[in-house]
Amino acid sequence: MSDAPDNRNADDGEELKPPPGAQRPKAPVRKEAARRKFIRSTALACGVVGLSLAGWMPTASAYKPRLRPPGALEENDFLASCIKCGQCVQVCPVAAIKLGDIDEGFGIGVPYIAARDQACDFSCDAVQCILACPTGALTYRKPDFADVRAGMKMSRDPVLKAKAKDPEPTLNLKERIGVARLDRPELCLAVQGKGFKGQARGADFKGTLRYMSVDRWKPVPVREQPYERAVCDLCVTECPIQDAIKLEAFAGPDGSTRHRPVVLEQCVGCGVCEMICPVEPAAIVIDIRKEWKEA
Amino acid sequence: MASMLERIKVMLGAEPQKPAVVSPEAREWHAMKRVNKEDFLAMKEHARQHGVVSHKWRNRRWAVLLFANLLFTFSFWLDIQILEGALTASRFVGFHLIDLNSALQVALAHKHIIVNLIIGTLTVFFLWVLLGGRSFCSWVCPYHLVAEWFEWLHLKLVDKKIVSDRQFHRGARTVFWVLFGLMALLSGYTVFETLSPTGILSRALIYGPSLALGWVFLLLMFEVFYSRRAWCRYVCPIGLTYGMVGTLSPVRIMYRLEHCFHEGDCKKVCLVPHVLDMVVKGRAEHTHVPVGPDCTRCGLCVDVCPSGALQFDVKGLSKML
Repeated sequence: MSDAPDNRNADDGEELKPPPGAQRPKAPVRKEAARRKFIRSTALACGVVGLSLAGWMPTASAYKPRLRPPGALEENDFLASCIKCGQCVQVCPVAAIKLGDIDEGFGIGVPYIAARDQACDFSCDAVQCILACPTGALTYRKPDFADVRAGMKMSRDPVLKAKAKDPEPTLNLKERIGVARLDRPELCLAVQGKGFKGQARGADFKGTLRYMSVDRWKPVPVREQPYERAVCDLCVTECPIQDAIKLEAFAGPDGSTRHRPVVLEQCVGCGVCEMICPVEPAAIVIDIRKEWKEA
Repeated sequence: MASMLERIKVMLGAEPQKPAVVSPEAREWHAMKRVNKEDFLAMKEHARQHGVVSHKWRNRRWAVLLFANLLFTFSFWLDIQILEGALTASRFVGFHLIDLNSALQVALAHKHIIVNLIIGTLTVFFLWVLLGGRSFCSWVCPYHLVAEWFEWLHLKLVDKKIVSDRQFHRGARTVFWVLFGLMALLSGYTVFETLSPTGILSRALIYGPSLALGWVFLLLMFEVFYSRRAWCRYVCPIGLTYGMVGTLSPVRIMYRLEHCFHEGDCKKVCLVPHVLDMVVKGRAEHTHVPVGPDCTRCGLCVDVCPSGALQFDVKGLSKML
């Protein structure tokens, strides 16, 4: 304690000597230190800018194409306008929305839906994630300046099966986030002429779904609702949208009647069919941000 | 450290200058301290022995910081819906709150602003004008807290001469502020958010761990082994954004010349020691000097000062009390 104060004053003593405002020429050592500091700072700037621009690579190469929540602006606008706060995550009743990680570059903190794990089944009716979004990255109506891809707008308002008896049965979002497609017909149970019995995705599946027969406002785990179907039609019966998918009969190679799911124009790309499909990998998948085409 | 303009220049990276004019009262104090060295040292020892060096403000600050961040977490986990969202944007019982720097990056990248964003940004702007600008950094930012803990490790290693603190030019942060703005504007992406440890930590606390925590850890290692508090001091544009807000703030630390023995403990604990230039003997231009806008109002200097020369002060209010 006794010596310490003197050391503290070492700096201060120096301050007393020169007349105020006078600039002494810098000693060579100080000059060298300043030069090093400058080089170090330039290196830091290059390093940080380089790292932040590295975020471009996964974004530009679409390294992980993501299904965005309903109402999302076009991908580039969406990444720009999303403030990465996750309020959409918090309001989703089926916890379908996840946030991107740093390996997605500029997609960090940006919401997406992994439909196979948990699809958006419109359990909230009103598309809560759009209501929660503070920046308009998710929005019911696309603003004039925003790009709108071909096939984003629906030609007819989608009707929510859960609201079919309501005076206003349509979903308040008139666009699709993708479109379903029978990707692996050879795996599809209906195409093979098979039925399905049991838990759609096994006993360990954590996904939930709204079952109107159980509770309109409380989605329940899929594993608690075992199915028994003579012909597997889960993608058709569990689809939350009216007239979005149907089973079509055709004659199999052995002459028996087989069925195949046919995706109709009302498909919004929510991904419930992909989630519920009981075979592994799913026979039906969502094509992200694609337009619907007549099969 | 004359005008506000001067203080802003220091925040942007300029070296603090010696005052051109020193008020007569301050000059009197400076002279008194020079007259009798023995008396001065005796007074200093007396102050040291009677001074209370506590962790009062640090403990309060940590409590507030943890409370704010955990309020986000529990609002989601327990569905109590008080503070929903993350630090970049949230709703406090329904009212929009938008982080100023995040709003800026989104506006520059997207080039369009909607009403909610304006409302939330203005609310937060006025909130931090009232609360002290960069007080966001030390009282709310989760990276600040973690960096403080790792700073302790850095200082231990410096003490043992295992590492040394390599400083960068403070103007680098101003350059970064401009660069991140330009990158958002030109690329159309919120480039800064990819690296922002504030956003990453806030989201990790609420939505669970992510790979991005690896980047935050690398940053902390850089600060431990290479440069003390490098991110907050030389890079983070959030700090500068809130610093500019702080120029208008009535909450600041006040330096009182008559209580100061120029021992410099305050500068050693300070994240932004350039704002404490007036504690150097002979530099204070008035008897009471408010600390500049780059100050995070963390209160470490208030805690450490043995003679109470640095105190929290609210412009206008403190005089009334």
